[in-house]
Amino acid sequence: MRKITMRLKSKLWLALLLVLSLLISACSPTKEADVKSTGGNEPYKIGAVLDISGNSSSLGVPERDTLLMMVEKLNANGGVKGHPIDLTIMDNKSDETESVLAVKTLIEKGALAILGASSSGTSMAMIKTVESEKVPMISLAAASSIVEPTSEREWVYKTAQSDIVMINKIISYLKKNNQNKIAFLYMNNSYGDNGKKAISAAVKDSGIDIVAEEKFDANDKDMTPQLTKVKASEAQVAIVWAIPPSASILTKNFKDIGLSIPLIHSHGVGNQKFIELAQGAADGVILPIGKLSVTQQISDNDSQKKVLESYIADYSKKYNAEPNSFGGYAWDAFNLLVNALEKAGPDRVAIRDELEKTQGFVGISGVFNMTPQDHNGLKEDSAVLVQVDQGKWKLIE
Amino acid sequence: MEEQLLQLLFTGLTLGSIYSIIALTLVTTFNVTGILNLAQGEFVVIGALLAVSLQGTGMPMIAVFIVSVILVAILGGLLERLTIYRARGASNLSMLIITIGLSISLRGLALLIWGTETYSLPAFSKGGSMVLGGAALNPQSIWIFALVGVTLTGLYGFFGHTFWGKAVKASVYNQTGARLQGINLNTISFLAFVAAGGLGAAAGVSIGPITMVTYDMGFMLGVKGFVAAAIGGLSNVGGAVIGGILLGILESFSSGLISSGLKDAISMIILLGVLLFRPEGIIGAIRERKI
Repeated sequence: MRKITMRLKSKLWLALLLVLSLLISACSPTKEADVKSTGGNEPYKIGAVLDISGNSSSLGVPERDTLLMMVEKLNANGGVKGHPIDLTIMDNKSDETESVLAVKTLIEKGALAILGASSSGTSMAMIKTVESEKVPMISLAAASSIVEPTSEREWVYKTAQSDIVMINKIISYLKKNNQNKIAFLYMNNSYGDNGKKAISAAVKDSGIDIVAEEKFDANDKDMTPQLTKVKASEAQVAIVWAIPPSASILTKNFKDIGLSIPLIHSHGVGNQKFIELAQGAADGVILPIGKLSVTQQISDNDSQKKVLESYIADYSKKYNAEPNSFGGYAWDAFNLLVNALEKAGPDRVAIRDELEKTQGFVGISGVFNMTPQDHNGLKEDSAVLVQVDQGKWKLIE
Repeated sequence: MEEQLLQLLFTGLTLGSIYSIIALTLVTTFNVTGILNLAQGEFVVIGALLAVSLQGTGMPMIAVFIVSVILVAILGGLLERLTIYRARGASNLSMLIITIGLSISLRGLALLIWGTETYSLPAFSKGGSMVLGGAALNPQSIWIFALVGVTLTGLYGFFGHTFWGKAVKASVYNQTGARLQGINLNTISFLAFVAAGGLGAAAGVSIGPITMVTYDMGFMLGVKGFVAAAIGGLSNVGGAVIGGILLGILESFSSGLISSGLKDAISMIILLGVLLFRPEGIIGAIRERKI
């Protein structure tokens, strides 16, 4: 008997150890890169928390690459008024908890401001910490609730176009085409939920009805059940709020079950990866997106054209690949911060104040005009509607 | 409505075929060695990722399939020699923990080699989905079913009708007895992991065109495969396939008819139900092995 309890005890210990080690291995955000600075003046420390691995890695990776490229370039040109930038990038593995841990680590290390995170959920998770520690944060994600209400988001800014901006773009397109019965499909996470909130608010009094509403998980492998319901409904158009890979799988399923209504996606699919993973099924998909993907097609008079061209040139030279709008969000966030740093110096309060005063800043995602009530600063003119045509983005308006 | 139900059934069968093939590989190792190999999902992922790289070199799909199966089978055998073999004689719990360690290391390895990107694999047969009775069926799921069928027949034949299969089964029930009969348990454990690697890779290359491939999808696949295997009674190959198909169909119908948010909850409730009311499934099998 005693022997048995002893054995049981040792097993319990083993099990406990196992659980502990799993917890520890799961809860440590990994430091991705630390761009060491050189030069005489004291460096300015800034931090970035990005979704480099996990579900939203298709967002975080181009953002990391963009930041690394820009820090290198800035430091080579003498930094901010002679102070080099010391940027620490951390990977939150697309996980909310790790995002919080990462931002705490960065603040403890004395970061003047935080860039990130890449997706809405991971960004929302960081807000409480930066608000209580009073550290400026520039998110790269879409959900408008990241910066609203501004009374509770004193320290939080963001560069990606808010979902409501994109939804309004889509709504006016629907009105123009007299489509008033829509099906809305969204990811069961912060990005999807915020898209749903925004569209519910936008269709009120617009004469447009949501006749089918379906959600799916970020790691679902087949969305046919949800699409079957859409097929049975009388929807004239399907709108999807998701990011790849699930957005690509859905697009494939959409074609497979022979749905013939137009398919509209969100700006969350604004990378070549979406088209590639959908394996041909993406043709015909319409989405609102920043101008970057269609730089060559926009008018030469567009104030953003030069900025867009120079970003494409820099990025393709360094990485031998085309940049996408996610990298663009990082470009905007980094430059907004550098501009604020130039005026404010190494002072968190002053940096925040300068960010809020940003006016007429021409970036990749649009022209930013921040106000105390608007911590995103982008309007509908920052987005265009594009259609996927033989695996390429084509401007349609 | 009928069309909708048929469509949900087809989707359920597609998902079910994926779960079945993974459950089948889990059950095979468990039957032969008594070890619940939690790194099985990682074998599937590495097989699929290798196929992505091989396919990139322009090899035809059939060659890709074979090479990737052989490579992961070798990996399985190698890992058995490096870990399980060295810990032979240790308790089942230690073995379980070793496989968790293997799983984490393999995931790390996959991350280092292939990064965090999502990859896609081409379907085995060209052309879009087939339409039957107004509902679409993905041809790739027929390929997966074929793989399940071939594996199932192979395993039944092996365990039920060959001397070696019976010897292997005997060694699971009574190690000392088996040893006295001149059966080399070390060799059997080695071969079991080679088979687990090969079958895992075959599963990975077949499901890749439907699920896409990321370095970290092994865990979730492993969990679903485990649920399927547990429903079928952990040591029963036929049960694993039925369990997988049942799980797939239930998931599809619950998300299509009730709510997509409830899908995972429903599969977990079924697992709990099976474990509570038919404990001879998983718990029975483990007890048997202990005696």
